[in-house]
Amino acid sequence: MAETNGSDTVTVYIDDEPVVVPKGITMIEAAEHVGKEIPHYCYHQKLSVVGNCRMCLVELGWPMKDRATGEPILEEDGSPKIGWGGKPGIACNQPVAEGIRMRTDSDLVRDCRHGVMEFLLVNHPLDCPICDQAGECKLQEYATEYGRGYSRFIEEKNPKPKRTVLGPRVILDDERCILCSRCVRFMQEIPGDDVLGFIDHGSYSTLTCYPGRELDSNYSLNTVDICPVGALTSRDFRFQMRVWFLKPVDSICTESSVGANTQVWAREGKIYRITPRQNDAVNDTWMTDSGRDLYKQVEAEDRLTTPFVRGIEATPVQALRETERLLRPSERVAVVASTHSSVEEQYFLRRIADRTGAQRYAVRHWGEEDGLLLSADRTPNTRGALLTGLLDELPKPDLRELGAAIDRGEIDTVLCIHEDPLACGLTVEQVRKVAWVRMATHASPADEHAFIALPSLTVFERSGTFINQQFRLQKFRAVVPGPAGLLTDLQQLASLNSLLEDGPVASVQPDHAWKELSAEPGPFAGLRFRTLPSEGVALDPGEHARHPFPERQSLKYEADSFLASLPAATTAS
Amino acid sequence: MAETKVLERKPLSLAERSNLPQIVSGLKTTVSHMFRKKVTLQYPEVRPTLPEGYRGVPTLVHDPHGREKCVSCQLCEFVCPPKAIRITPGEIDPEAETAHVEKAPKEFEIDMLRCIYCGLCEEVCPEEAIFLQDVYSMTGYSREEMVNNKEKLYELGGTLPDHHYKWDKKRAAEDAAKARGYAHS
Repeated sequence: MAETNGSDTVTVYIDDEPVVVPKGITMIEAAEHVGKEIPHYCYHQKLSVVGNCRMCLVELGWPMKDRATGEPILEEDGSPKIGWGGKPGIACNQPVAEGIRMRTDSDLVRDCRHGVMEFLLVNHPLDCPICDQAGECKLQEYATEYGRGYSRFIEEKNPKPKRTVLGPRVILDDERCILCSRCVRFMQEIPGDDVLGFIDHGSYSTLTCYPGRELDSNYSLNTVDICPVGALTSRDFRFQMRVWFLKPVDSICTESSVGANTQVWAREGKIYRITPRQNDAVNDTWMTDSGRDLYKQVEAEDRLTTPFVRGIEATPVQALRETERLLRPSERVAVVASTHSSVEEQYFLRRIADRTGAQRYAVRHWGEEDGLLLSADRTPNTRGALLTGLLDELPKPDLRELGAAIDRGEIDTVLCIHEDPLACGLTVEQVRKVAWVRMATHASPADEHAFIALPSLTVFERSGTFINQQFRLQKFRAVVPGPAGLLTDLQQLASLNSLLEDGPVASVQPDHAWKELSAEPGPFAGLRFRTLPSEGVALDPGEHARHPFPERQSLKYEADSFLASLPAATTAS
Repeated sequence: MAETKVLERKPLSLAERSNLPQIVSGLKTTVSHMFRKKVTLQYPEVRPTLPEGYRGVPTLVHDPHGREKCVSCQLCEFVCPPKAIRITPGEIDPEAETAHVEKAPKEFEIDMLRCIYCGLCEEVCPEEAIFLQDVYSMTGYSREEMVNNKEKLYELGGTLPDHHYKWDKKRAAEDAAKARGYAHS
């Protein structure tokens, strides 16, 4: 391989294999490029380097140069002479450089790892049977892979406090802590809330909060994720289920329009936890604590589980036929769209609205943004409603306009998705005045005044796509099955549309919707659900980028620079 | 073409017709067994002596200090080939005597209709809490009756000797450290 490269890459040699890597990364990352893992605890891709765990010790060598002339010194066979460092160095803090060599599996390196593991395990308790980290613990993994395999330690282990409550969501087990300082750096560098630190010396070192403070940031649970051992545990997940029983499914956080990529961990139809999934364009490896609580809606007491028609229980199909019977003859239909619906659902709702000539309303759910992963728009898919053509402007603060239209007698049938009319400025009289059809996951006081209630499924029970604040199309998949007998939102809306069109009613999956969506010219052309990459696809927002969105700034989004980055044709007009 | 061969049947001899030689030889066998060691038991009045290492019904045990040894690590649930074990993990009350163990099963069920008595649960248990002991007769009138819950499992298991007292030692070290105020003083 050529020694000289373009300006952006360098060639490094990992175990004598030449590897071309981008400039500016470190040797530990270069090794990752070729699929070699150098064991590490304190190094984290998204945090600063401290190099205090010493687990990534490797042998490093540089091409030698003549000090006087600066000429490379060559071996007899003409290859560059390598000066191997006298002692091992840490791969996480060694930037790549042209011709640099690294040995990751020599006797010396193996010895170093044995030594580091031995020191780490000296005071580590034998807690694996009761430790929540067991199964995804770096200490366990590396002890098996790189440890010596037996213990020479016969003294007593150093006891430390076991159940220190650091904050409302995090508990610290000091004995398990290996002092890698990932959590300290995370709190400093990402939320910028410098609340964690180490006190005391040597084997007495202890992680603690600043006096008078607690770890109460809305990002505190990320410290639990990045803790390589079981020192920091989530109070919600603690002792609930061993991780080897849980199956992760890729999903998207619906807390706000950031659309943080997540993994939802479930066993046998029950969700136990939500963790972030790395997406460098959206959320890096982080997510909010509040977003991790959303799975509790699945087993909430007030879930709607039975369709109702005029207060009488019905099957989902009966309820849909009744809805069709209401919508078909009416000339005064309104739809209340939801920005919680997926792109596919919004697409079919648009077709229903087109066919019935319905007036379209939507309610916005805005809050304060925190500049990181909680944006001002607290719904996941406002952009989807715009790009599918369901809405042509941003949702309104409430439904008073619909109320006025009802009072004027312009509306006699309302198809309302997810929203609670009474919470959006409508009165009971207004709801009772029309035939109100409400499709929702959870009960609302308005349901007893509704004509038809169509139970729908939560984001964890259905598949689809959302478009986040960066106009990035991201897909989520069903994690657990919904309540028995219920149809997905997509199935209900697609069936309703088919009924209205006198077409056949068939099973509809997201990919069926995308067959039609991608056939239309516009931002979705050529896209398919099945082939959508897990990190999502940035769409061309076209004119829609110019709506007065409430989001200003988040971890990977800045409103003004986002607009400026769009193709000139979009912004110039 | 297969050929049909007709076999000639010989007439029976007098001894054969009388059946006496056969009866005598049969009685010989019978009588000889009357003087041998018995191979049957008067079950259920008389129970067999079980060999060492016999794998009976899986049970949960207490240590001699009365501590429930299971910490609900769920390894047995994981390793169980017929998925007979079902554990609901739980946290020990921080005020309890064994609070330092932190974890104990809230519920522990073994479905004896599924159990194949393989003993993997006993083998995998890091806390030496589950043992296949000498109970071999499980009966019931319904499927529910055949599921042993936590209470039943401890009742069947009783107390077994402990060779480590791992958690007691840990408690002692912790108490000593606490008395020193850990290192902070």
